[in-house]
Amino acid sequence: MILQLFLTFSLLSLLAIGGANAVLPEMYRQIVEIRGWIEPATFAQLFALAQAAPGPNILAASVMGWRIAGPVGLGAATLGMLLPAAILAWCVAGVTQRLSRAPWLRPAQFGLVPVAIGLIAASGVIMAEAAGTGPLPWVIILGSALFVWRTAFSPLWALAAGGVLGWFLL
Amino acid sequence: MTPSRTQLFLAYLRIGLTGFGGVNAWARQLLVEKKGWLTDQQYAEALGVGQVLPGPNALNCAINVGTRFHGAAGAALAAIGLFAGPMAVLLGVASLYDRYGQIPLVRAVLTGIAAAAAGMVLGTAIKMAIKLRPTAMLLATGLLALLLALLRVPLPLVLLGLAPLGIWAAHRTAR
Repeated sequence: MILQLFLTFSLLSLLAIGGANAVLPEMYRQIVEIRGWIEPATFAQLFALAQAAPGPNILAASVMGWRIAGPVGLGAATLGMLLPAAILAWCVAGVTQRLSRAPWLRPAQFGLVPVAIGLIAASGVIMAEAAGTGPLPWVIILGSALFVWRTAFSPLWALAAGGVLGWFLL
Repeated sequence: MTPSRTQLFLAYLRIGLTGFGGVNAWARQLLVEKKGWLTDQQYAEALGVGQVLPGPNALNCAINVGTRFHGAAGAALAAIGLFAGPMAVLLGVASLYDRYGQIPLVRAVLTGIAAAAAGMVLGTAIKMAIKLRPTAMLLATGLLALLLALLRVPLPLVLLGLAPLGIWAAHRTAR
């Protein structure tokens, strides 16, 4: 199972174009829907914890690994998520300058953005389905979406407000 | 100016720990503006290549910068620095979750935070989409990605199908 965990996250690592949130739908599909390692609501909560903590959002993978198989699971998920991509990045590092002037780089960068945004939107919908366990959670989801979309304040305020509302009203 | 190995490690440790909600902006500010180890151009090159490669952008970029200064050792130091701090924090949070996660009040707070996080991801997607001002083709590519992901089409297939479409659309827009 640990090996399976490592391989699952290794595959996710190589698919993560456009950051952690873009790979979230696939992560959810793999570890909640196919393997049944984690409950939907737990997935949403662990993801939220990783968002609230500092550092790269990809650490969501590490907490999932922890939840699934303890410290060994954490190690397997983290290494799986980081190692393949790191090796690839290291191989390419020497030719950064040449690559960054390749004529296809800008279209590639620019063309992947809409794909990433679509995948991030899908993450939002899937997380909302997992977290929307009643009317109040849905109010929080919509309020937070509006807050992040329409204002320039740090999204951490939305997370804090969500926690406080949950404290008093749920 | 070339940082020593220790300086490189410490810089990335700091980037990891301060980087709430994505670390790239913090990394640029520290490496380019405060330390002056990289020019704006060099940082943009590293980030640009990192964004096209698979894997977390922040990691790709850290490996790239580390390799530039100290080869494989630099890459390892930058990557470990970037993840060590947040990992320690997260370990603490995860063990608290294991111990107290089932208490009703804690569950209520976590449900609220999870709902807010879901909304945050939605809001971010809307914000990014509007900022991009996509052409019809790029918009269609994005909506297709959303639809396919919601239909649970495996991500490798989605990327194989849509990445070429997006790149082609971007190429046409550029001309």
